[in-house]
Amino acid sequence: MMKANITVTLKQGVLDTQGQAVKNALDSLEGSGVVSNVRIGKFIELDMNESDKKKAQVILERMCKKLLANPVIEDYHIEIDKIE
Amino acid sequence: MKIAIVQFPGSNCDHDCKHAIGQILGAKVQYVWHRSDKLTGFDAVVIPGGFSYGDYLRPGSIARFSPVMKEVARFVTKGGVVLGICNGFQILTEAGILPGALMRNKSLKFVCKDTWLKVGTTECFLTSDVEMGKVLRIPIAHMEGRYIVDDYTLEQLNNENRVIFRYCDKKGGIAEDANPNGSIENIAGIISEGRNVVGMMPHPERVCEESLGGTDGVLLLTSMLEATKIY
Repeated sequence: MMKANITVTLKQGVLDTQGQAVKNALDSLEGSGVVSNVRIGKFIELDMNESDKKKAQVILERMCKKLLANPVIEDYHIEIDKIE
Repeated sequence: MKIAIVQFPGSNCDHDCKHAIGQILGAKVQYVWHRSDKLTGFDAVVIPGGFSYGDYLRPGSIARFSPVMKEVARFVTKGGVVLGICNGFQILTEAGILPGALMRNKSLKFVCKDTWLKVGTTECFLTSDVEMGKVLRIPIAHMEGRYIVDDYTLEQLNNENRVIFRYCDKKGGIAEDANPNGSIENIAGIISEGRNVVGMMPHPERVCEESLGGTDGVLLLTSMLEATKIY
């Protein structure tokens, strides 16, 4: 079994409206100047019935490119942990 | 002539489309459930608005894996006419049938209002009967309508006359004030490379009767019906 942690973030240069709104709220909470930038993404946790890490990586790449992330606007990062 | 209206779980403009194209314009219309793997005998396909799969993950991202989308892709390859409205536009971009992506509105608000649209080209099934540069009043209703696309593709869209509508003011001026969602270059709708697929955020099916406040949608949907006879 493999556990995969996938982080999906907006590409640099893509306007993150949610991040901007949250930054404005954080400015109200903490005072302006504390936070200079906020980017909001998604975190996806997957359990896989695959014991080969390399194979899992290939499958996960495909899943990220085709569904979990939209390559037009998002980047993704995959971390794989083997569960005994 | 028969028009397919694809239904996903969460589609909510399917009945409006059927009413506009079927009852008002008098064309034959048939719903096609998203699990269907047959799309034969149709002259055009409409992918209506709504919230397919609850907009989970990203709007349109899950709908594109419904069996019917393989058929839609095949239909497009054969030159079939496809119109994606609102969520339909989002689904077509997620499926890679149209370029770019639709992101959260710049205002972070769900925007539901009439917009003015400037017709950017009449070399398209949807605008072939409309005057070039005409300004139409068609409503939008969306949370994720901010069109973005990479610079290279944007240049292609412009050079190939593939921006079918831009948000404008009442007189047709393209200004940031008239941009309801922050779309790049006020883009409200685009055409595929083969010119047989259109994706647009505004809802033409909602303005097909005077009693509902306008009839500009009729101009577009009639063009589609006329053009599909020729195709």
